[in-house]
Amino acid sequence: MTPPAPGRLKIYLGYAAGVGKTYQMLTDAQDLKRQGHDIVIGYFEPHGRADTIARTEGLETIPRRRVEYRGTVFEEMDTDAILARHPEICVVDEFPHTNVPGSARTKRWEDVTTLLEAGIGVLTTMNIQHLESLNDQVWQISGVRVRETIPDWVVKQADQVVMVDVTPGALVNRLLRGVVYSQEKSQKALENFFQESTLGALRELAMRQTAHESESHHADADQAEAECAAAMQSGALHAGTGPAPQPATSPSGRIERILILVTADPSSAMVIRRAKRVADYLHADCMAVAIQRPTGGNKVAAEEREAIERHLNFARNLHVDARLLDAETGGDDPAKALVEFARLNGVTQIFLARPRGTGFAGMFRGSVEQRIVWLSRDMQVTIVADRTRAA
Amino acid sequence: MTPVTRRRTPEELLLQVQAEEAQSNRGRLKIFLGYASGVGKSFRMLDEGRRRAERGQDVVVGAIQLPPTPDVEALLKRLEAIPLRTADGVNTMDVAAVLKRMPRVCIVDGLAWDNPPGSMNRSRWQDVRQLLDAGIAVIASINIQYIAELQGPVEKITGKHVTQTVPQSFLYEADEIVVVDAPPEMCFGHSGKGVAGDPGRLAHQLSELREIALLFAADVVDHQLESYLKQNGVAASFGTQERILVCITPRTSAKAMIESGKRNADRFHGELIAAHVRQGNMGEEAKEALNRNLEMARDAGAQVEILEGDDPIEAILEFARERGVTQVFVGHGQDSKWWHRWTGGPVGRLMRGAQGIDVRVFPQ
Repeated sequence: MTPPAPGRLKIYLGYAAGVGKTYQMLTDAQDLKRQGHDIVIGYFEPHGRADTIARTEGLETIPRRRVEYRGTVFEEMDTDAILARHPEICVVDEFPHTNVPGSARTKRWEDVTTLLEAGIGVLTTMNIQHLESLNDQVWQISGVRVRETIPDWVVKQADQVVMVDVTPGALVNRLLRGVVYSQEKSQKALENFFQESTLGALRELAMRQTAHESESHHADADQAEAECAAAMQSGALHAGTGPAPQPATSPSGRIERILILVTADPSSAMVIRRAKRVADYLHADCMAVAIQRPTGGNKVAAEEREAIERHLNFARNLHVDARLLDAETGGDDPAKALVEFARLNGVTQIFLARPRGTGFAGMFRGSVEQRIVWLSRDMQVTIVADRTRAA
Repeated sequence: MTPVTRRRTPEELLLQVQAEEAQSNRGRLKIFLGYASGVGKSFRMLDEGRRRAERGQDVVVGAIQLPPTPDVEALLKRLEAIPLRTADGVNTMDVAAVLKRMPRVCIVDGLAWDNPPGSMNRSRWQDVRQLLDAGIAVIASINIQYIAELQGPVEKITGKHVTQTVPQSFLYEADEIVVVDAPPEMCFGHSGKGVAGDPGRLAHQLSELREIALLFAADVVDHQLESYLKQNGVAASFGTQERILVCITPRTSAKAMIESGKRNADRFHGELIAAHVRQGNMGEEAKEALNRNLEMARDAGAQVEILEGDDPIEAILEFARERGVTQVFVGHGQDSKWWHRWTGGPVGRLMRGAQGIDVRVFPQ
């Protein structure tokens, strides 16, 4: 049996609560229903906003699933019920939501993927601050470390990303009038996320990201067209026999390939996000390695290994090829092992964290990072900034 | 963000006071920006007018594009309109009538329209400026295809030349600018202006126009953000726009660095800056090499800056912080002394000092 054609995904992208994402999505849903499409609401978060609630009128809603967790009842989207009902299009609010433990899938975006795979089209909403590759920058801008993130490749799968825009001034007004949050919550919101400069910066990020999504969308289309034309010319008309997508090349004509050094240090996450973002924009290959140091079975080493494994998995979740390398290749010298690996794999650029803890020892031996810069004189090395926020 | 609070110069303070004074008397300008007809600019503009009227503001419609779509027509019925004036058989906004009526808010569509000969102003956007000066707030809308400075890229996409335009500086004057975004398919029904051809090509053109609109709006927002931060005496950057600084010396392999810098700046739609820190007693040969490198940077579209400072690393870092640079490109060549293997040399110092900025070291 052939699987159904995947459903189309449309994302309404905003930069804060209250910009009108859900309102816009429901307005479009009403239009689609009028045009005769079979559309249901899979999940809707009313937030007590009257005009948004009014927009759901006349739309069929699939009841939520009630889940008990540690004595509290939570309500989640009932993905199975939606699959059974099998509408043409489903409205799913709050794309970055994390499900209650014990759910079939950890993240709502995974539920959405399930719906898409079943051939159901999905309309959904998210804010720019939930995009994984911008996590550090959002922290720098807003002082808020967003926990619920969506990998960039998930957003890239959308057929359409539409920006829902209002000015920060109008948003703050809505907040003050109590449209977005209750009075008490508003006050708190105004103190951090809703400062006008923070909103302006997030808004700019959302605009640039939407432009980027739009660009890569038509760049992909161009490429498909060119490949199709090339295939027609060569007489190969079957799908899949066209040339593979051309990876980016550096000015010297080499294929651009980025290598990330993963360590046990928490800054690894920052380096992975940044390197992957740069690789995506440059259409470059991206891989990550950690160097395994041959140590005995002591506790520190075990903890270190665990952290490294966690960081490698994080990279894999972002669709970065990640692996553990034995330091023996470099004769117990992690810097040498990394640089040799890079040379063997045609890497053009290495991404590292900023060296830490330069004390007497650091001065004397030089940090691993410094040694890598020194050893890899034939490649570009990027030292990723600590995008921290001054208190 | 690392906020660096610095004392403002008297000139800066004066400018701020003047700006605030002008602000207090002038009407506020809000512009809805779209990338094609059919994205819903007129609807958003009038809907905002309706909401303000419902909140008790005195709102009139000065000019609107005809014929209206049904939903726009429904909104129009709920708002007071100032009748258009006819001159030379052309209908146009009656500025004198609006000024006489003196509403709090006036809605004006079609900013790029040229007025018939004998009118007070040549173009409608100049009419709007007159209303603002009189203290009337204006809600307006514009299609990016009519922004003068965007004519080059827009013409390349649509193949059509537009004669009536609005200067970009007028949009930068706006207090608020809002993007009206919609997927390209939404505009198919209204494709009358600027685009033609089969649906695939049309979608592609619209999608390119859309990208220009979003990036234009992002630049306006970036500009507003910068002046907001400056007004508050905060010399800081959020790094929302990528700014790449290439450090140029006579010895650096400038070509690879500039080419890479340009590629990165293009892909990120960011800015490219090239800087050289002036050093004493440079030989003729070195001077020539330096000039060649700086020329190459200019040709690549970089803004070129010559910095002063006894300590080149400090000079680069200070400049980078001030300009909100997100990536510094530097050549490996500068750290070739044997002891630099341990201390890191100048590049090592740059690495350690560049708080919040990526440092990319290039091979020599």
